[in-house]
Amino acid sequence: MANNHYDAIVVGSGISGGWAAKELTEKGLKVLLLERGRNIEHVKDYTNASKEVWDYPHRDQATQEMKEKFPVLSRDYALNESTMGLWADEQANPYVEEKRFDWFRGYHVGGRSLMWGRQSYRLSPMDFEANQREGIAIDWPIRYEDLAPWYDYVERFAGIAGTREGLEVLPDGEFLPPIELNCVEKDVAQRIEAAFDGQRHLIHSRVANITQAKPEQNRVDCQYRNKCWLGCPYGAYFSTQSATLPAAMNTGNLTLRPFSIVTQVLYDKDRKRARGVEVIDAENHQTYEYTADLVFLNASTFNSTWILMNSATDIWEGGLGSSSGELGHNVMDHHFRCGASGDIEGYLDKYYFGRRPAGFYIPRFRNVGDQRRDYARGFGYQGAASRQGWDREIAELNVGAELKQALSQPGGWTIGMTGFGEMLPYHDNRIALDHSVRDKWGLPVLSVDVELKQNERDMRKDMIQDAVELLEAGGVQNVKGEEGDYAPGMGIHEMGTARMGRDPHTSVLNAYNQVWDAPNVFVTDGACMTSSSCVNPSLTYMALTARAVDHAVAELKRGNL
Amino acid sequence: MNRRELLKMISVATGTALIGGHSLVAFSALDESEHDFSAQDIRRLDELAETIIPRTDTPGAKDAEVGAFMTQFVSACYSAQERTLFQHGLAQLEARSRAEYGQEFLALDEPQRRALVDALDREARLQMDSASDPHYFTMMKQLTLFGFFTSEVGATQVLRYEAVPGRYDGCAPYEEGEPAWATT
Repeated sequence: MANNHYDAIVVGSGISGGWAAKELTEKGLKVLLLERGRNIEHVKDYTNASKEVWDYPHRDQATQEMKEKFPVLSRDYALNESTMGLWADEQANPYVEEKRFDWFRGYHVGGRSLMWGRQSYRLSPMDFEANQREGIAIDWPIRYEDLAPWYDYVERFAGIAGTREGLEVLPDGEFLPPIELNCVEKDVAQRIEAAFDGQRHLIHSRVANITQAKPEQNRVDCQYRNKCWLGCPYGAYFSTQSATLPAAMNTGNLTLRPFSIVTQVLYDKDRKRARGVEVIDAENHQTYEYTADLVFLNASTFNSTWILMNSATDIWEGGLGSSSGELGHNVMDHHFRCGASGDIEGYLDKYYFGRRPAGFYIPRFRNVGDQRRDYARGFGYQGAASRQGWDREIAELNVGAELKQALSQPGGWTIGMTGFGEMLPYHDNRIALDHSVRDKWGLPVLSVDVELKQNERDMRKDMIQDAVELLEAGGVQNVKGEEGDYAPGMGIHEMGTARMGRDPHTSVLNAYNQVWDAPNVFVTDGACMTSSSCVNPSLTYMALTARAVDHAVAELKRGNL
Repeated sequence: MNRRELLKMISVATGTALIGGHSLVAFSALDESEHDFSAQDIRRLDELAETIIPRTDTPGAKDAEVGAFMTQFVSACYSAQERTLFQHGLAQLEARSRAEYGQEFLALDEPQRRALVDALDREARLQMDSASDPHYFTMMKQLTLFGFFTSEVGATQVLRYEAVPGRYDGCAPYEEGEPAWATT
């Protein structure tokens, strides 16, 4: 058998796994990167990246056949012709919904870093302190200052377009020039600023799309096609394929193994360390063992925890990390689709050129300063203004040349936004193994039991009311508050289930993302989150991963692992 | 993906969400029966679509082969119940044409077609307020508009499309009469 030993094993090749692989290999470690799905090569395998809507037989809509194959995905916009092949096969990979939970998975090299929304914000000092101050769940074991230099580090490499605003609730970063607001958004921003005495702000969204080329990474700046989720032939947005994987490959220290489903961390109970992982080859169903000094679990929030639950069960029935009583618990998502929209009069001599992969952002203001509410935490808004297109209704025209003429020209301006709200960590929102249901490889699946509770429901009312108030203050007419369909998971920001903490009795991971019961096992994806903040989480996973690798390699060199 | 867009679903200019498009209600399973459309059906749909979006100094619905697109979309994306409504609609269109004009729809002259389509549009709008099932004309009209403006002909010759814009200008001048962007 070939040499199956590496310095480090990284499980999962999405946003955090790609970072782990890059950092570990750049520090000179020989790394095996395991990915359960197929390979997708940068540019070469972006099969739909240059297709147009008319190239799809049903113009990018879902067919009945697709809906039957992807019953979970069909609950949302994600089921369409252009992204087919980028979502996990739901028949081969079932899960059990104790309550409705929309789990949208990407099982391929790059994971959801290929399809992600690219909104990139830092957690704030307030986010890291909130649990302790409010007596909710447990305290984060780190503070903003611990992570700030690592945010700097990952932002510089990934490339985040944005503006420095000097806001306490949304710390500034190392930004590339922003993607411009359009003229309507700029004016609405000014009116909001004035109406709320500088306490609320409409700013440029911060996105992982580069507005200046990064020739050292072979990445071209954004071409404003707005097709990011199909893979970018220019490498203009951050993904594993465009950024971290090539960097790791360039070191000569990386081995990438697709079609590798990790079934457990192999645990050495005498040394109280992991000695490697067990893998089922997804294609030939054979089992392999790989050994390493370090194991990074970056398999996505639920799957990293699934691996822990299946590991060292001869010692702990609930798996590695279960001695805390918290493994699988405290599932969070961002609840969203509460917002408002309306019309803007005028600006009919203004339009835009190019398709932005971005819009505006309104940072959290609730429960900040004196803008208090009875519920805990808060929310931010993402939105955009645009001119209406051919799909608008023109009541006075029915059919014929006049209708065609009218719909061929842009309509008036509209603006809309949706809130992304923080969800509290509740012990009884949890995932667990269900041995009665098996996947294609005979492995037990997860059952998911997660619900919104009163705090989130109260917040959602405010997310609508405040959106209406903000837009009206911004000079928007006919403002309508809106609540769309939302079920946990739909935010595609699953977090928690192996949280970081200060005490092994109440947390799975320590301050450096090490499993308390196996300190050479690191979990640095969304599973580690102790609270969810209301900002999009991926940038934080990147920073936590880079920080954890730095610690891991230092500890390894000291002989502590 | 850009989730800000989700607050609005495609309304397709008919005051109702695209039938067969993204829907949050449970879908009905595929049934076994074939929903074949005849060449005659496609010609009927083409002429109906051309009445809604006629060729002017720019291409119209027939240039974009909207009739064939409609049958493809209905066959693959509609639920069984929606398909039945649509197909009955084609028969009703024919029956109506014979009853009112004494000849088949394809034999009507342009003013007759327009008069019939105008009447159907009024009925369809009324039905939208009262009935739970969509009027077949609503289905045909929204598929015409959707099929036309997302076709290459519609998007590039009637609307404007730039495959690789290369830059973004959020405050570009606009003069009345200039076409809209095909996608934003």
